[in-house]
Amino acid sequence: MNHLLRRLAPLTDANWALIDEEAAERCSPALAARRVVDFAGPRGWQHSATNLGRTRTVAGVPSEAVGAAQRRVLPLVELRADFAISLAELRDHDRGAPDPDLAELDAAAYRIAVAENSAVVHGWREAAIAGIAEASPHDGPVLADTIDSYPRPVAGAVELLLQQGIGGPYGLLLGRDEYTRVIESAEHGGYPLLDHLRKILGGPIVWAPGVDGGVVLSLRGGDFLFESGQDLAVGYDHHDRDAVQLYLQESFSFVAATPEAAVPLRAPRRVTQRARKSRA
Amino acid sequence: MGFDQYHEPPGELPAATRTFARMCASLTEEAEAIGWYQQRLAVETDAEAAAIMRDAQGEEFKHFSMDLEFLLRRTPAWREIARGVLFQQGDIVEHGEQAEAAATADDAGAERTGGPDGSGSLGIGSLRGTQG
Repeated sequence: MNHLLRRLAPLTDANWALIDEEAAERCSPALAARRVVDFAGPRGWQHSATNLGRTRTVAGVPSEAVGAAQRRVLPLVELRADFAISLAELRDHDRGAPDPDLAELDAAAYRIAVAENSAVVHGWREAAIAGIAEASPHDGPVLADTIDSYPRPVAGAVELLLQQGIGGPYGLLLGRDEYTRVIESAEHGGYPLLDHLRKILGGPIVWAPGVDGGVVLSLRGGDFLFESGQDLAVGYDHHDRDAVQLYLQESFSFVAATPEAAVPLRAPRRVTQRARKSRA
Repeated sequence: MGFDQYHEPPGELPAATRTFARMCASLTEEAEAIGWYQQRLAVETDAEAAAIMRDAQGEEFKHFSMDLEFLLRRTPAWREIARGVLFQQGDIVEHGEQAEAAATADDAGAERTGGPDGSGSLGIGSLRGTQG
């Protein structure tokens, strides 16, 4: 038994299969960053840090005429989203009920996906993660509220990347509001905005909950590196007569190796999550 | 064209099993090639030719290793036993017996371990190239 302690849970094999399937189904659509960055691993729960290949000088060497350097690494961050499932619901599932209530699991899947997306795109200072948008040296344009304003900044971002010698195809991550605006819109003449943007990018347009605005980035590979320790998994915490307490968990690090391979598109006239955090 | 890697009618096999069988066949071919190069190198007297053969054998080492890793990732029980045998110091047979015994003992809870690699992972991994 590993650290997830799954065998201690009062769940049948069919319950676990249901929970794992539901968790994977609910997480996958929202895990936007994984659709556009390089994914390495999973390296396992015991993997603690990403090799940066860099060193820092260490003073106070306890001998004369000896130099010293210490490796710099990026520690992996652990994310965990707790949820509960009614044991009565699971017993009903064992009886063949087709519609068990897994609402808390669904919500936890969304929360952890949002956290992963936000860390990769906007960074997470406390976890020493520099996100794609914040690491980019480019001063990205603003996505205005009108749909006519979308093709120009996206095309401008692609042209900027080409100018830097950064090849495509290119992908576009869009926050929830921006994505909704794109998929519900047709330009003058009725041509769907989504198709127009896809032609500009040559790559996918991805719904990215947890992202403010958007970001255009190269998909050529080698620029944005997500390293997974333990990939998303469901573990057991405890249970009582009524419910079993479980959690979704993962460990990862993220490195923007080529920050200039992305151009952020800023959200218009809204208080962004980062701004809210900094004000809190 | 023959389909010798299938022991059962291919039409009755699921796609994942056909892939698994193809990779097993590939693993076998890489191992054969490694053995052939080893024999050729043992008798080759031309240094330049031997250098090329050594380089080619290195390619086969890589192919074999990649095939093996693929198969281990798709087969938790095999991976578990391999983990107890590969890259260990000491008696290989002893490690093999111990690893097999441990994997067999774990079988009772294998389904609860979950995930394609037996770690409990949901197996999501990279989503590059998938539809949102």
